Order: sequence, then C-alpha cells, then structure tokens
Amino acid sequence: MSQNTPASSGTKPIITMRNVEKHYGKFHALRDVNLEVRRGEVIAIIGPSGSGKSTLIRCINRLEAISSGEIAVDGVKVEEGKNLALVRAEVGMVFQQFNLFPHMTVLRNVAIAPIRVRGIAKAEAEARARQLLERVGLADHMDKHPDQLSGGQQQRVAIARALAMEPAVLLFDEPTSALDPEMVGEVLDVMQSLAKTGVTMVVVTHEMGFARRVADRVVFMEDGQIIEQNTPDVLFDTPSTARAKAFLSSIMHGAAG
Amino acid sequence: MDLLTTFFNIDVLLQAAPLLLKGFWLTIQLGAVSLLISLVLGLLLVLVRLYSPAPLRWLAVAYIDVFRAVPLLVLLILVYYALPFVGIRLSSFWAAAAALSAVASAYMAETFRAGIEAVPKGQFEAAQSLGFGWTRMMSDIILPQAMRMVVPPTTGVSIGLIKDTALGSVVAMPDLLKQATQTQAFYANPSPLVGAALLYLILLLPLVRLVSVLEARKKPSR
Repeated sequence: MSQNTPASSGTKPIITMRNVEKHYGKFHALRDVNLEVRRGEVIAIIGPSGSGKSTLIRCINRLEAISSGEIAVDGVKVEEGKNLALVRAEVGMVFQQFNLFPHMTVLRNVAIAPIRVRGIAKAEAEARARQLLERVGLADHMDKHPDQLSGGQQQRVAIARALAMEPAVLLFDEPTSALDPEMVGEVLDVMQSLAKTGVTMVVVTHEMGFARRVADRVVFMEDGQIIEQNTPDVLFDTPSTARAKAFLSSIMHGAAG
Repeated sequence: MDLLTTFFNIDVLLQAAPLLLKGFWLTIQLGAVSLLISLVLGLLLVLVRLYSPAPLRWLAVAYIDVFRAVPLLVLLILVYYALPFVGIRLSSFWAAAAALSAVASAYMAETFRAGIEAVPKGQFEAAQSLGFGWTRMMSDIILPQAMRMVVPPTTGVSIGLIKDTALGSVVAMPDLLKQATQTQAFYANPSPLVGAALLYLILLLPLVRLVSVLEARKKPSR
C-alpha cells in the first residue's frame, strides 16, 4: 500500500508515517498506517465516522500518542521530549470546536503564540496578526472576544491563529462539522484560497465537494486502515476497492453535492 | 445598668478604641500574610497534585487531605506548644500564620483544581498544537481561565481564613479578639467585645457581599 518512492518533484516528504498502530485499550484505532505528505500537497482524508481519520491527524502532532510505528515531521521524529514543542510549532492545527482562547481578544489569539513561542516582538506579531485577520476577512473584528463571533468567524480566526506560526503543514480536524450550514462556505473558501498559495494541508472532512475541488490526493479510511488513496477524480469516479465504492455511494445518496 | 451602658458603653469603647484598633490592624496583617502564603502555596500544591510524577503527587494529595481533616485549633496549639519541644519556636504571630496558611492552602488547592479541571481539554490541545511548553501553556492559557472561574469560591475560602485569625488569640496573639477580651476584663464591661464584633463585620461583610455579586454575575454569562 505505501509507496516508498518520493513523488515526481523529488522533494522530501514533510510528514512521514510508517507502520503506525494506535490502540485505545482494546479498540484498534489505527492499523498499519503508512502515509507520506509532500510539501505543498493538499490531502483530504475521508471515511465513515469512527474510521480513525481524526486519530490519524491527531497523532501527527502527538495530541494522541501512537502505540507503535514511527511518525516524522520534516525529518524530526515525533516523540515525547524537548523536540515535541518544536515539532508542534511547525504543525498548525484547526479543530472542529475552534478552541479559541476565550479570555483574549481576536487579535491576541492570533498574536500570542508567535510572541510566546517564537519570541517575536509584540508589535511585529500584532502587525502580522492584523494582516492574517484581514486575509481571512475579519479586519473589523480584531478587538472582539471569541464569544462575540459566529462559528464561521471563530473558525476563520482559528485558521489565522494557526497560520501566524508560519507552520510547515496545517492539519484540519473536521473544520466545518460544528458549523451551521450557512457558515460552512466561508470557511471552505478560506481553506481553498490557502491551498492555492501552496500551504501544505491535511484535511479530515466530510465535505466531498471540497475534497474533490481542492485536494491533490484523497485518502479513504475505514476501520483504522487506509483503504485506498488516489487523485480525487480517480477516487471519486472510479474507486478500486469495494469499501470505497460502498462508502461513496452511501454518502452520494445521503446528500447531493 | 441598662442595655446601652452594658453593651454599647461609649466611654468604655472610646477608652478601649486604641487597643481594639491595634488588635484590628494585627488581625488584618495576620489575615493578609496568611492569605498570600496560602494562595501561593495552594497554587503550587495543585500543580504538583495534577502534573507531577507519582511520588510527589501522592505527597501533595496527602498534604491536602491531612490539612483539610485536622481541626485548625488543634493544629495551632500543636504548632505553638508542641513544636518548641523539637526546637522550633515560632512567635504567636508566625505560629498562627503557619497554621492558618497550612490549612487554607489545602482548601485553595482544591478550589483551584476545580477551576483547572473545568477548562476544556481543547484549550490544552490548542496551546500544545501551537508549540506552547507546559509552563507557558499554564501561565498564559489555562490558569487565567481557571482562576477567573474560581474567584467566588476562592474569596469564600479567604473569608473563612480571615475569620479564623481570631483563633490566634488562643496562642496569646494580641489580635482583635484578644484585645477585646482583655479590655473587657479590665473595664468589667462587654462593650469592647461588641466593638470587636463590629470591626470584624466591617472587614468581612463587604467580602461576603462581593462573593454573592460575583456568583450572580457568573451565571448569566455562561
């Protein structure tokens, strides 16, 4: 299943997962997962609920510890120890529940990590935070607190906050699943424009339209395994495994588009 | 002797006033010092209790449990009358401060723990995913939220602590209550006790009210 040949561009993978296993007690959450993500690549991970998609990306920055196997980000092994904070600073994450810091203004939310983690001067970090907030369309809301914003706005702040660290890769854990339907579009638009600028992204999503439009590669998971991965056109139109076929036809019947 | 000259004897009160105020000032000092120590120690205890390796964690749990279980008066008498047998001789002020802080810090630690545990897991994850180390995560992200939530109960513990300073009079500390009982004996009139009670109320009533206001304010916002 794993393709060991680095792809055409010849660049080294930014994320490498080798023979990753994850158990929660008796539950086998990840089974022999092998995945490489190249710089600039946008990967969508799809699959039924409980298939291990979120677990997979949460292992990349070690919010979940793996049971065995190996994960490396930009050549640095992801493990407990001094390097972990460094690795995490290179891996941005956007959560389903936003997880903005409620006791800070929007601007502070975006500027705090560069100040505290990178040691960047406050004025510089805030200037950069302003730019990022403008980029996600929130220039008018910088001095508000998160609870004064809609879900879609909060998630865009969360994206700006992750970008502020200038991470090598951005992980999205079902970024639109907690949003009211009318706000899904504004978040997906921001993500799509990010993808165009060459940001490396790994996106766990149920938005098949987004996966098809934006992803370079779609990974289909079930029962903690990567069942099939391919370009969106091939995977969505002519899936080669029966399980991917079954999953895709079930969601196509569930909702159009 | 009517009621007024017995309990609110102006002459006696005026004459006792300098001593009462001196005692009041000492009570405030004892309360402030003990409060400061117990806040710092309580924070330290809860961090050890929640985040340190097993043996240290058990020690913190043992400390918190023991000092919440032992009666303050018993502890105070132990500190003042028993410790000298092993060469530790504390002044009445510091004996009282030690006993008060030891007990209050255990309650503070439990109060803080409730606050820290009420901070959603996602806040820890967001901080970690941004590369925050543990110390930064706690000081910038977690504790500001946790402490905000526990202001009312922490004020409650503080009120209890200040009230308990009156036990200091047992170890001959010339605090407000001690001054009151002594002047009462001297003038053979209980007015100084009434005066002392009023001074305690002046100190503590605003704090009690504050807790109610803070708790009322907390409800609608969350």
